[in-house]
Formats: sequence, structure tokens, C-alpha cells
Amino acid sequence: MTITEILFYAFSAVLVVAALGVITARNPVHAALFLVFAFFNSAVIWLLLEAEFLAIVLVLVYVGAVMVLFLFVVMMLDVDLAQMKEGFTRYAPLGIIIAVLVVVEIGSVVWVKHLGVGQQSAAVAVVEGYSNTRALGELLYTKYLYPFELAAMVLLLAIVAAIVLTMRHRAGLKAQDIAAQVAVRAKDRIRIVKMDAEKPSETSSPEKQP
Amino acid sequence: MSEPLLSSLNLSVASAEIFMVCAICVVLLVDVFLSDRSRWVTYALSLLSLVGAAIVTVKTGVSARETALEGAYVADPMGDVLKLFAYGTVAVAFMYSHDYLRRRGLFKGEYFLLGLTALLGIMVMISAGSLLTVYLGVELLSLSLYAMVAFDRDSGVAAESAMKYFVLGAIASGTLLYGFSIVYGLTGTLQLDELVLAVREVGPDRIGLIFGLAFIIAGIAFKFGAVPFHMWVPDVYHGAPTPVTLFIGTAPKIASYVLAIRVLAEGLDAMVASWQSMLIALAVLSMIIGNVVAIAQTNLKRMLAYSTISHVGFILLGILAGTGDGYRAAMFYTLAYVIMAIGSFGMILLLSREGFEADRIEDFRGLNRKSPWFAAVMMMLMFSTAGVPPFVGFWAKLAVLGAVVDVGLVWLAAVAVLLSVVAAFYYLRVIKVMYFDEPADSLAVEGGGVVRALLTVNGLAVLILGIFPGALIDLCARVLP
Repeated sequence: MTITEILFYAFSAVLVVAALGVITARNPVHAALFLVFAFFNSAVIWLLLEAEFLAIVLVLVYVGAVMVLFLFVVMMLDVDLAQMKEGFTRYAPLGIIIAVLVVVEIGSVVWVKHLGVGQQSAAVAVVEGYSNTRALGELLYTKYLYPFELAAMVLLLAIVAAIVLTMRHRAGLKAQDIAAQVAVRAKDRIRIVKMDAEKPSETSSPEKQP
Repeated sequence: MSEPLLSSLNLSVASAEIFMVCAICVVLLVDVFLSDRSRWVTYALSLLSLVGAAIVTVKTGVSARETALEGAYVADPMGDVLKLFAYGTVAVAFMYSHDYLRRRGLFKGEYFLLGLTALLGIMVMISAGSLLTVYLGVELLSLSLYAMVAFDRDSGVAAESAMKYFVLGAIASGTLLYGFSIVYGLTGTLQLDELVLAVREVGPDRIGLIFGLAFIIAGIAFKFGAVPFHMWVPDVYHGAPTPVTLFIGTAPKIASYVLAIRVLAEGLDAMVASWQSMLIALAVLSMIIGNVVAIAQTNLKRMLAYSTISHVGFILLGILAGTGDGYRAAMFYTLAYVIMAIGSFGMILLLSREGFEADRIEDFRGLNRKSPWFAAVMMMLMFSTAGVPPFVGFWAKLAVLGAVVDVGLVWLAAVAVLLSVVAAFYYLRVIKVMYFDEPADSLAVEGGGVVRALLTVNGLAVLILGIFPGALIDLCARVLP
């Protein structure tokens, strides 16, 4: 066994354990953290396959952004587990049928591979100085330039739509408006009432007198 | 590695889209700095960018098919004509909506901005050269429309229909994408012109391809609003603010037509036998459900929604013929339908006032007493939509039926004719209400001068195109040889 193979098996084993943890953990926060762990391990496996760009993107995007957002949601929403498990027995038969189907499908695919049908040749080793990132970049900015730019427009639209639908200028907010604060005049804030000076009356209590 | 040259992308062909993206960014930035009082600048800029896009499209118009951006972009005369039509439709929609939005306090820059991004999506679909571009165009259009439906945030009905539209639309987009992925998996190409050859190589009767095609058809049918993928249409038309209904009911129909043409007629033309039978089922069901259920409606927006469903059935009739004649007829039908639909929704906008939507059929009672001219305009629009000569709707129906009969589907044409007789009932009911019922109030028709003038032109266009249909038919024939 080469060192690469040892690493591959080690990280794969951890990945499988982490993936099992995602679906067995009782606490949703733990499950989300297990998923982060699984992402890290699959990123390492991608690194072993020399797909370094994808590995880094997986860590940056999924671990760095998506999962953190996910954790926020899990922590902020008070998920009631008892309520979620309510329909479990009702849907269990359907779940079992789907699980059996998937297992049969996976089994048949592996079986077909085993019989030698659709045998894939081993991946060709890349030449010296080949850069995964560069190759992807060249493809994205030449052949797929148009879809790439369109995807950018879709994202811009998503930002605009999200702001349109959620931002509201509510009255009575305590936000600070510096221009208004500077421009304020005394007569806007206080009302000066002219009145005659009053003498303390005879009947008033002694402690109110100066 | 060779350095790619910018010139090899042939960017100048795609000038209209590039202009539109720049215009959208400018409108977005300018709108941020405007106060509510000077919001008209956004409106003016949006109209200006439509005019600019039209000029750019005319200037860079092509006389034959050209590709750009590594085949992801296709420019052809059909695309140019449809784009010009789309600009016009969006501009008219903006102008009709202006007064209504102002009165309801909805006059915000985002309505125009989202309208322009929806238009960009339509443009992308019109000149899509690959399945990937088609999909991105669909998303750009759909996302804009979802946001537009929910635009009036104080309306619970609008929010509910937006939610429905969003969930169902997302499923439909997924279905479309799934179909594309199966076709890609079997043929190994996303490019539509390569797909034509690849499908022949793989064999159009391959079960996997037909499986993928079924998903693609389901996606297209949803975007069209054809039965059985029509559930969103009545709710969205009814729930959305009327200017948004007007928008959704018009320009995106051009996009749906072009989606079907690019994917089915251009990319998968070898599989015509398979998609013809699927489209026959969709068309017949759409015409039956659309026309029959429309009879029971009391809300005009809902009635027009079901009428849209039945018209989609007619557009599909032209496409399913699978011949050049059929595609031309469907294009003629789509353009005629857009002109009629924008007028009908425009009438609702004209009659609406502060706190009064004018979206029930009874709101049109006695319109003839209040405003004989606009009653006449509405009558022309309704007659045309019903397919009564000499209006343009008649010629559209005739062209589509001719194309269907030519490919030997006489029974289908007979069904379509029978169902248009059913359809005549509910269009005539609107006319009856306008001319023979007593008005419920004596309030005069409000509405600004621009809307009045545009509606007059709109109504006359239906009549003039009906008396001289040759121009529009020739145009369709010239761009779709």
C-alpha cells in the first residue's frame, strides 16, 4: 500500500463515520457539525484525486458559508423533534420500500461493474505543471462565458428580489439619522412657555420650599 | 495554451443583451439615489432602455443564422423580430401600469427593474443556442416573475399566489433541468445544433431519450400553463396586482413559444413523432379545461386566466404540427394573442380606481353608457380573442387550424373549432354586460391620456391587423422560412 492509498482509506473511513453521525445524531447542531466534518474529509479525498480547486471550493463555500448559515438556522429555529417524529410509523413502510429500491439499484450497478461491463480505464495521470484551477478557469471564461455571465445576472436578480420582498421602511424605528440630528433646532425639541413667576402659597408643604 | 481572442466570441452579435444588462445596472443604480417624488426618472429610464435596446437590435439585425459566444448564443431573423415584439410588449405594459401603480402607492423602481430583468430572460431564451442558455433564461424570467407577483407586500392574496407560483415553478424548472440532463447524458452535447445530429445518431426512438423528452415537455407545459400543468395560472393571474398579471400574461408567452421552438423544433426535431403525441394530449386538455372552466368564472382576471390556458392549447396546435407552416402559424398566433391579452388587461387597469379593482365581470356593467368608445375597444378585443372575423384572432385561429389539417389531424381541428364555439359564450357575456346591463354607478372612466391613447391604438391594431393580416403573416413567413 502506498501512502496515498493509506490516506485515502483513512479519510474515507472517517467520512463514512461522519456521514453516519449526520443521520444518527439526536441533536440537530451535532448533525450539522458532523456534516461539516464529512465535507472536510471529502475535500481531502478530492485533494488526493488532484482536484484541488474543487476541494478548496468545497471548504470555502460549503463549510465556510452554507453550513454556517445552516447552523444559524438550526440554532435560531426551535426545532421540536417530538413533533417531527410524529408521522414516523405512518411513513415507515414507504421509507423502507425506497431504501430497498436504492440498495437494489446500488447493488445492481456494482454487480454490473463487477461483471466487467462498462469497465472504466484508470484515470490518466496529469502532466507536470497541470493546474486544475487554471483549466477550469479557462473553460469558464471562454467556452462557458455566456452561461457564466448569465448566472451572475441571476444572482444579481436574486439579491434585488430578496431586498424588494423583505426590506421595509417602517415608521418609528430608532435608527440614527445624523443629518436630522445636526439640522435640529431648539424650537423643534423644547417648548418654552412664558408664565408669571409664582409665589409659594401658604398652604404648600414645607419640604417643597427651597 | 493558446490565448483565446475576444474576437472569436463574436460579441457584437449579442449587442442587444449586453446593452440590456448595462441598462439594468444603470437603472438599478440610479433608482437607489432617487427620492420617492422623482421616481418617474426610473420609469423614463426603463422606457428609454427599451427604446435603446430596440435600436441596437435593429442596427445589429442579422439576415441569416449566426452563432456567437462559442455557440451558446444564436442570432436569427426570428429572434430579432420576437425581441422587438417583446420590447414593445414590455413598454406598453409599463405604460399601462404607470397610473395604477401610482394610485396604489406601488410606484417603486423595482417593478420596472424586475420587468427589465424578466425581459432579459426572455431575450436570452429567444437567442439560446444551448440547453444551458435556455435554462438560465428560464430561471432569469421565472425569478423576476415570482418577485413581481409578491411585489405588493401588504396583499395576502398576492403573497399566497407568489408562494404557490414559486414552489410549483421551482419544481417545473427542476423537471426541465432533469430532462435536459438525461438528453445530455445520452447525446453528450448541450449545443442545440449539435444535438440535432447527435439525436439522429443515438436514434430518436431510444427509450431513454423519450423519457428525458417527457420531462422536458412537462417543464415547457408548465411555463406555458398548459393542462395538466396549469394549476398556477388562475391563482397567479387572480392574486397578483393587475399590472403584474398584465405583464405575466403577455411577454412571457413569447418566451414560452420560443422555448418550445428552440428545444423541440430545433434541438429535438428528429423526435417529432414522440413529442407530437404528447403535445396533442396537452393541447386538447388545455382547450377543454380552459374553455369549460372559464364559463363558471365571475372574476375577469380569472376568466382571462382560463382563456389563456385555452389559447395556449391553440399555440401548441401550431407547434405540434411539426412543419414550417405550423411554427409560423403558432408564431402568428402568439403575437396576435399578446396584442389581444395586453389590451384586455389594459382595460381592467383603465377602469380601476382608488380602492376599486374593476376585475369582476359585473364591474363592466353598462360601460357603453359611461364610455362608448372604450366599450367598443373592449368589444373589439373580446371579439378578436373569441376568434370572430374580421379581427386578428380569427386569422390566427385559421392559420393554426390550417397547419393542423395539413398534417392530417382533421379530428384535432374539429375539436378545436367546437371548443372555440364554447369559448365564444364567455367572451360574448362580457360584451352583453357592457352593452345591455344597467351601470351600477355613474362614475366616469378615469385613466390618464397615455393609457387612453394606447388602448385606442391597441384596439384599432386588433381590427386593422384583422382586416390586413397579410403584413404580420408575411413577417412570420419571412423570418421562419
